[in-house]
Amino acid sequence: MLKKRIIGVVIVKGDISVQSKSFSRYLPLGKPEIAIEFLNQWGVDEIIMLDISASRKGVGPNLSLVSKVAQKCLVPLTVGGGVSNIDQIHQLMQCGADKISLNQATFNNHKFITQAAKVFGNQCIVASIDAIKEDNEYYVYNYIKERSVSINPTDFAKKLQDIGAGEIFLNNITLDGSQTGFDISLINMIANSISIPLICCGGAGMPKHFLEVLTKTNVSGVAAANLFNYFEHSVTIIKSIAFKDHPIRHDSTYTYNEANFCELGRVQKKSDKILEKMLFEKIEKEVI
Amino acid sequence: MKQPFIVIIDYDVGNVFSVLKALETLGYTNIKISRSISDISSANALILPGVGAFEECINNLHRYNLHSILNDAVLIKKKPILGICVGMQLMADYSEENGKFQGLGWISGKVTKLKLPPHIAIPHVGWNDLAINRESPLFKKHGKAPHFYFDHSYQFLCDKRFVIASCNYTIEVTAAINHHNIFGVQFHPEKSQISGLKLFRSFFDSIELC
Repeated sequence: MLKKRIIGVVIVKGDISVQSKSFSRYLPLGKPEIAIEFLNQWGVDEIIMLDISASRKGVGPNLSLVSKVAQKCLVPLTVGGGVSNIDQIHQLMQCGADKISLNQATFNNHKFITQAAKVFGNQCIVASIDAIKEDNEYYVYNYIKERSVSINPTDFAKKLQDIGAGEIFLNNITLDGSQTGFDISLINMIANSISIPLICCGGAGMPKHFLEVLTKTNVSGVAAANLFNYFEHSVTIIKSIAFKDHPIRHDSTYTYNEANFCELGRVQKKSDKILEKMLFEKIEKEVI
Repeated sequence: MKQPFIVIIDYDVGNVFSVLKALETLGYTNIKISRSISDISSANALILPGVGAFEECINNLHRYNLHSILNDAVLIKKKPILGICVGMQLMADYSEENGKFQGLGWISGKVTKLKLPPHIAIPHVGWNDLAINRESPLFKKHGKAPHFYFDHSYQFLCDKRFVIASCNYTIEVTAAINHHNIFGVQFHPEKSQISGLKLFRSFFDSIELC
């Protein structure tokens, strides 16, 4: 059976990975290649790397960075930011990208989306929608123009599906960096009106938020950016909690299946009895 | 370890870099990304990667005269070849993606759009478990139901005897095929972490070096 994906998002500005809050404040985190190496080791299902400075500066995608991070990435890598023509997609694929995320083209170049889907197959094209809630209504947000557009995100998703997008990456600006959980009603509205996979992002703050969105919606993937940077083994821990009730790939050499967690997902100390038993347990390293 | 000479076929559409990186992770050093006749004819094993639409892929194979070079290497010299995703679909008689296009015709069958119930998302994207139909060199190191990363809207339909593994996406989807020295997988082993590395290792371990 097809598993739900737990997806790590790495936001970069130039060569640095950053933490974003409401798409307006950014905190530098460090080297993107290190973030990606760790996400990989922790058993993430997919990685999305978005360069939020490329389109703003009017430059193309950062090819050298993509080559560098791809070295550490043995899971599918989606790259977005500054992509505006077919040649750039060819170059990105050669650098190690597997899928391309398009955002600005969703506003100004639908022909390009259709053409890209024709050349690379629609499974390669991810349309990224930023949604915002204003006066209790949902709108699409254009982060370059820094304002909302009078389009409904559900209609927009349907439109993008029709012109060739193979997946929708929905980012909720209102909840970005809030750690208060996903917007279930928006996710449901979109997921139920399209026939391509939906990835949701924005609002993840603790493991129970993943459980909630997996239980109440039929998203294909759940993504988070900031949260995965907060604690060691974050992906493995969230999977250890979620895989018990949901179809999730969970096969890291180490797991936290027997562990207890606090609400924030921090591991609690095991009982002395268990720790004593573990002293004598030898785990052989798997050689492929 | 005696290093096999592995050639990853370069025809401008595959994600060659990802495949190369996965093989390097396993410690293979004698790898070339190439479309030259001399490399292909001296290789111990070939990999035909693929991301993209069928039409573009088959056109590029013809543009670089790779169909005849590969026909010779695979059908006459019997070199082991592993096709990945569209690389596997190219081995069919024809594909119905965006029209009707002739394939290499190595394994009799056709590539058609996944016929799914209306509420099921297409493309089929994500990690799915395999049901292995028969023993194969590809899955020697895996447990009972290994999982791999899939990302496709079309699938290879062929005679059951060629299908070595399938997966369930409300319908049965062809996941891996084999006929003599020809292997194909619909999923992406280069993007399937440990499961994928195991598959590559099993495949190259099965090759006799001469």
